[in-house]
Amino acid sequence: MADNLLSLVTFIPAVAALILAALLRGDDEAAQRNAKYLALFATTMTFVASVVMFFQFDSSNTGFQLVDEAEWIMGLKYRVGVDGISILFVMLTTFMMPLVIAASWDVKTRVKEYMIAFLILETLMIGVFVSLDLILFYLFFEASLIPMFLIIGIWGGANRIYASFKFFLYTFFGSVLMLVAMVAMYMDAGTTCIGGCANSLLTHTFAAGDFEVLGLQVVGGMQTLMFIAFFASFAVKMPMWPVHTWLPDAHVQAPTAGSVVLAAILLKMGGYGFLRFSLPMFPVGAEVVGPLILWMSAIAIVYTSLVALVQDDMKKLIAYSSVAHMGFVTMGIFSTNQQGLDGAIFQMISHGFISGALFLAVGVIYDRMHTREIDAYGGLVNRMPIYAMLFMLFTMANVGLPGTSGFVGEFLTLVAVFQVNTWVAAVATTGVIFSAAYALWLYRRVVMGDLIKESLKAITDMNSREKWIFAPLVVMTLLLGVYPALILDLIGPSVAALVENYDTAVAAAEAAMQTAQASN
Amino acid sequence: MYDDIMQILPEVILAGFAIAGLMAGAYGGKDAIARPLLWGTAVVMLVLSVLVATSSSTSVEAFGGMFMNDGFARFAKVVILVSAACVLIMSEGYMKTRGLLRFEYPILVALSVVGMMMMVSAGDLMALYMGLELQSLALYVVASLRRDSAKSTEAGLKYFVLGALSSGLLLYGASLVYGYAGTTLFSGIITTAQAGEMSLGLLFGIVFLISGMAFKVSAVPFHMWTPDVYEGSPTPVTAFFATAPKVAAMALFARVLHDAFGNAVGDWQQIVALLSVLSMFLGAIAAIGQTNIKRLMAFSSIAHMGYALMGLAAGTAFGVQAMLVYMAIYVTMNIGVFSFILLMEKDGQPVTEISSLNMYSKTNPGRALTLLVLMFSLAGVPPFLGFFGKLFVWQAALDAGLTWLVVASAVASAIGAYYYLRIVFFMYFGDETAEGLDRNRGGILGGFLAASAIVMVVGIVTMFGVEGAAGLAAATLVN
Repeated sequence: MADNLLSLVTFIPAVAALILAALLRGDDEAAQRNAKYLALFATTMTFVASVVMFFQFDSSNTGFQLVDEAEWIMGLKYRVGVDGISILFVMLTTFMMPLVIAASWDVKTRVKEYMIAFLILETLMIGVFVSLDLILFYLFFEASLIPMFLIIGIWGGANRIYASFKFFLYTFFGSVLMLVAMVAMYMDAGTTCIGGCANSLLTHTFAAGDFEVLGLQVVGGMQTLMFIAFFASFAVKMPMWPVHTWLPDAHVQAPTAGSVVLAAILLKMGGYGFLRFSLPMFPVGAEVVGPLILWMSAIAIVYTSLVALVQDDMKKLIAYSSVAHMGFVTMGIFSTNQQGLDGAIFQMISHGFISGALFLAVGVIYDRMHTREIDAYGGLVNRMPIYAMLFMLFTMANVGLPGTSGFVGEFLTLVAVFQVNTWVAAVATTGVIFSAAYALWLYRRVVMGDLIKESLKAITDMNSREKWIFAPLVVMTLLLGVYPALILDLIGPSVAALVENYDTAVAAAEAAMQTAQASN
Repeated sequence: MYDDIMQILPEVILAGFAIAGLMAGAYGGKDAIARPLLWGTAVVMLVLSVLVATSSSTSVEAFGGMFMNDGFARFAKVVILVSAACVLIMSEGYMKTRGLLRFEYPILVALSVVGMMMMVSAGDLMALYMGLELQSLALYVVASLRRDSAKSTEAGLKYFVLGALSSGLLLYGASLVYGYAGTTLFSGIITTAQAGEMSLGLLFGIVFLISGMAFKVSAVPFHMWTPDVYEGSPTPVTAFFATAPKVAAMALFARVLHDAFGNAVGDWQQIVALLSVLSMFLGAIAAIGQTNIKRLMAFSSIAHMGYALMGLAAGTAFGVQAMLVYMAIYVTMNIGVFSFILLMEKDGQPVTEISSLNMYSKTNPGRALTLLVLMFSLAGVPPFLGFFGKLFVWQAALDAGLTWLVVASAVASAIGAYYYLRIVFFMYFGDETAEGLDRNRGGILGGFLAASAIVMVVGIVTMFGVEGAAGLAAATLVN
């Protein structure tokens, strides 16, 4: 069993989805309840299995562990494994999914299909993080579009069609370019193995000699081109300014649970992609394009924070704040030092909890009032004290208050980028202030003040199911806020190895360039 | 002589069966025997496909090189026979309820399949032309099978006029090739047609030959007939057009390019690559505005031919293998989709409007799910099998240094994803109030639909040895 543990974690939800699809008949009350309980059971089991996996993981080992492999069609290979970075994302996924299912308890339409979509989605998301084969990774990465497309399109809001198409086509377009680069990588390296094999993409050095395309000098050669192709996919997924526009639409139209998955996990695939592919495989390309990305991140932080200020839809506001927070992540990653990468990963995990909780918080009042307009609320604290307290906590975490997990990630990335580019750090820091502005203003308008709106007079506070959903998120946010070493110790060795390899590769490429110039 | 006859035994059996059926129909029961004849033809085809698949594994030339019985031909023949048999079986219900079940139908299909088998085995320009014309003439007639429908007769006539034009182009090319190479045998042409030193006349010959064959695979800019013929023909006939003839024409394309001009890849590679990129873009863009699912499938097939041609453009054995795998996947998907189209009925009448699929997932969730799988597979979205088809042709084209073509096709496939998604959109997100399709029994069509969708999912775990067989087939063609 231990050998296949990782595959087990990956495929439990898919098996549950198959059982639901094949065996559950009818659409009456009882069938709906069964579907919900089976989904909750499966996701909880997945979490339990992943905890077992977590304890078998040796964090001092920087290589891939718990590897499981098998032959596949046309010479392709099935190969999964985790290292210090990817195991965190797997844990995040398995941790969030039971909460997501529990938060969907009040779904009434097509419950069975809804649960199947989420279960399949969980398998695909875990698959993305554990794949150790290029084609397998692409398969999971792309396939995750399908359930999300359906989730937004079927269970979404009024304008769901537009949002689902925009979501699908934006991300699909980004990733076909990535696929082309992947095939080119295979041609160059002769393997699709990502890491841990005798000949793997992580150890292969891709050609970085300059060449000309249509009369333009491409610095960094093939590496730069491949970097850009991968960037096209991950930047859309992340999403980075200026290709972020699909995210607010998708978030606003998606059902609450869909928004939570999108913010907490799906966006992290982009960041994970940068860490797994862009940085270690194309270091020269990253060195060439990196400074530009730092500036793009700084612009994203400031610009989307300002846009968030003027939103009158709660979900849209949080969506824009997500884009801003992802700006910190890309900034940290492309500072390419230990603090930067540590901070970026920490920020991604912490944002998973915080933004997930914020979307759930919006969901709580949306379920009661069926509107996301900020102006429709006000003075909720009078009727919903517990809600007000929880919303307060996560608003503060979103702002990055010390003591919450939001602070650690932002602080580390800012420290990291300060060492690389002071101006970017200065610009990004103003974003922290803006984020306080929009988050606190949102909180004031929704929760504080007198309860004067007639429609809100009868609103009830959170029920026990809702409280229980928030409890684990509160624990994680505070725990990581006061004891960040929990994550930093885990990722430390893997990140250190990544940074070291990156620096060596860049130095080697520079040395090669100097010898080439000297011989001319 | 006896050995030669043995090599063409499958063709002889099928032709003999068709003629016997014709006699029985003409002097015997007329349309009353249509049903047993249809099933009989399908069974004969399936038996022949087993026979072809299990016969010798060597490459044999018969009739002085006119006829090639090699692995490549056998692979293509199996795909052609199986898909033609499937389409025949699919046709029965539809044809019967619309009063179209005439005894000529299975006979014409059988004769066109004989033509196709001849095409993929041709080792000589004469044999090629003979097979092509036998196939085409039978197809022109089945296109206008619904004699009292203006659209159907228009489809037949249009197909015939344009087909005749393309045959003319092909013949002109063949005569040029003969004039400059001094022989019609592929094995003779290949020694004359060396890369870099080809005479201008031979080059013109290739261009005309390729134009003629591009018409048969409906590659842009020779695609104009496709949407109208697809729309006008009775739906089972459209299903037939979309499957077996496409495989045959694509195999013929590969045969001519590699057997006759294999030494001059550089001379035809750019032409094929251009056909490929134009087909992919036109197929992707023109399909966006379609409201009729048959027309949409016509543009979809144009786009898919573009991807298959990409494998050919590579000019390598792996390219041919990728093309064969692609065609096998394409045929499987089309059988599924057309089974679904045959099931689309409203008040007992067939409908082909995409908008009639409104909220189909509500009325028939199982069937909607299978079509969803097929649509995502056609769009090339992982994890379905359609994606792997694209992956292999991309790999082949990149191997051959056609990076620009691969990038272009990636863009085209992103555009193309839109119209497949639109079908999913109607089925799942459509307007709740609109009137939906009938809830009819699936029967055998439902079986084909489900099987095709299951292959799209299971295929990613194992391709049932198809890729290995395609590899062997390609190796006998390119060496």
